[in-house]
Amino acid sequence: MWKLMVRRIIIMIPQIVVLSLLVFMLAKAMPGDALTGLIDPSIDPAAIEAMRERLGLNNPWYVQYWDWITRALQGDLGQSFFFKMPVADLIGQRMVNTFWLSLATLILTYLIAIPLGIVSGRYNDTLADRLITGYTYVGFAAPLFITALLMLYIFGFQFGWFPTGGSVSPGSTPGSAEYVIDKIYHLLLPALSMALITTVSTVQYLRCEIIDTKQKDFIITARAKGASEQRVYHRHILRNSLLPIAALFGYEITGLIGGTIFIENIFNYPGMGQLFLESITRRDYSVMTALVLLYGIAAIVGALISDIILSIVDPRIRIK
Amino acid sequence: MDEELVKIKQLKTSFRVLDDYYAAVDDVTLTIYKNEVLAIVGESGSGKSALAFSIMGLHNRAKIEGEIYYRGENIANASPGRWNKLRGREMGMIFQDSLSALNPLMIIGTQIEETLLLHNPKISARERKIRVIDLLMKVGIPRPEKTYYQYPHELSGGMRQRVIIAIAIANQPQLLIADEPTTALDVTIQAQILDLLRQLKNEMRAAIVLITHDLGIVAEMADRVAVMYAGQIVEIADVYTLIENPLHPYTKMLLKSVPSSSGAKSRLHVIQGVVPALHKLPREGCRFRGRIPWMDASVHESNPMLHEVRPGHYVRCTCYQYFHFPDKYKEESSHGTH
Repeated sequence: MWKLMVRRIIIMIPQIVVLSLLVFMLAKAMPGDALTGLIDPSIDPAAIEAMRERLGLNNPWYVQYWDWITRALQGDLGQSFFFKMPVADLIGQRMVNTFWLSLATLILTYLIAIPLGIVSGRYNDTLADRLITGYTYVGFAAPLFITALLMLYIFGFQFGWFPTGGSVSPGSTPGSAEYVIDKIYHLLLPALSMALITTVSTVQYLRCEIIDTKQKDFIITARAKGASEQRVYHRHILRNSLLPIAALFGYEITGLIGGTIFIENIFNYPGMGQLFLESITRRDYSVMTALVLLYGIAAIVGALISDIILSIVDPRIRIK
Repeated sequence: MDEELVKIKQLKTSFRVLDDYYAAVDDVTLTIYKNEVLAIVGESGSGKSALAFSIMGLHNRAKIEGEIYYRGENIANASPGRWNKLRGREMGMIFQDSLSALNPLMIIGTQIEETLLLHNPKISARERKIRVIDLLMKVGIPRPEKTYYQYPHELSGGMRQRVIIAIAIANQPQLLIADEPTTALDVTIQAQILDLLRQLKNEMRAAIVLITHDLGIVAEMADRVAVMYAGQIVEIADVYTLIENPLHPYTKMLLKSVPSSSGAKSRLHVIQGVVPALHKLPREGCRFRGRIPWMDASVHESNPMLHEVRPGHYVRCTCYQYFHFPDKYKEESSHGTH
């Protein structure tokens, strides 16, 4: 167990180095640099050149990369040109919001997926299964942003059940119980909209896994032991079918990144996804590169979590 | 002969293909006695496993017609609750593929314990573990305390097959159905497993239904043999009669197709063709006629029945009286044996 984890974490290091190199190169490949947007065009080009020299922008790329990465490791991701504040502080605020939104989405995703997948897999080819698979096909086909807009229109504007933007009502005091409840209240609609779409693949996976496991030989062994249908399902089919679902958990995190970018913009929710789109339109390069790097790390960590979960639940993967 | 344990009367097990039911087991009448090994032989698709699954009630969506008496009780179409009482306690099953027949996520101990737990919920966990260790020892596992905590993938094929046997015999069942128990094993392990089965049978005085297509195993293990073709039993006899004096064309050809070590250089004999698919089976007349085309069609019965030619020796269809190998076949076989 520990051996596998340590080995797996060591593999992560080169992955992150390559990722940071890629992000750095891409940022450098974009036209212009930090000074192009920052400085008034009426300034003397010689002064700009002097500034470039002073900021190290004329150094070879590997020196610049080294400067950037050492500062990033110390938590200094540079300065946002638009907000005129450190990128780390800017992202820090937003990250907390996105974290809660993602967590709520994940919880809702599994709350929807597991019961639907079980019903659909266990009673396959019945009316209930047809309805559930029908929903998953619609979910696969419907783009997230259309669904989110519809949800916002119906439950936010028409019925007025949920707030239509922000992460908390203005004027609440942080730390109070109402503040927490208000936060959750603001989370629900965007999280639900996203969960309704992201859950469909998990429902399908679980359904297929259950149908597949039902026909495995060890299920016949269990029946031949005299186990009741209920017991066969709970003790043998379910656990074996949930295994791949657990393995997909980490990749679910990667999927959330794309999802939150849409959702936060549609629901005007102040998270990393919204900041990402904004910084692209504002050419706020330092924020962008920092966000891409963070998203990349999140994806790598997601894969790591998948592997760790799988090694816990599947004895065949454990290394002695 | 010992007393009757299972008596099957005109069993017909049908599966639904599109909108029609097709019988995979058709008109099977068979008695299984206590303390005997009854072998069921036939090629793939002949309905051997379908018959075994019918006796165990393991078919999910099949239509079962006819009667299966287990110690006088008709268990064909018994309730799920009744089946759960019978399976694992009165009858156990040994499967072919030992890797897929064990739950990959459960330790061996738990899997064997489950059979004990289901039928004797009152025994304590400690007692159960002791019994599992005993069982593992009985089936010849060298380090039962260690194996108890191992997962199926950590054991060899032979060891896993022993575990499967331990699961099947945990509650000392009266009927043991072994569905090709040695097909997935190599020859030396195969012999060990067969020895184990024979020894267990003698200890428990249980009946073993041995499903196989290996006639060598049949000759070695069986007391009686039923030959199945296309869902029907075409011949039943005690093992000596069947091997020395087979009657049905299918049995004869099956025996002929066994490779012999003395004629190692000769060509293998093959029964031309395959068992027709379930929905293409001829439902009338002799089902084997399609594979002996050189014979006159008039020798077959229009509605073949099992005839008792000698006490305990039954054969289906009168065509056996006229059977001869095709000329080409004869030549080659005389060539091979000399």
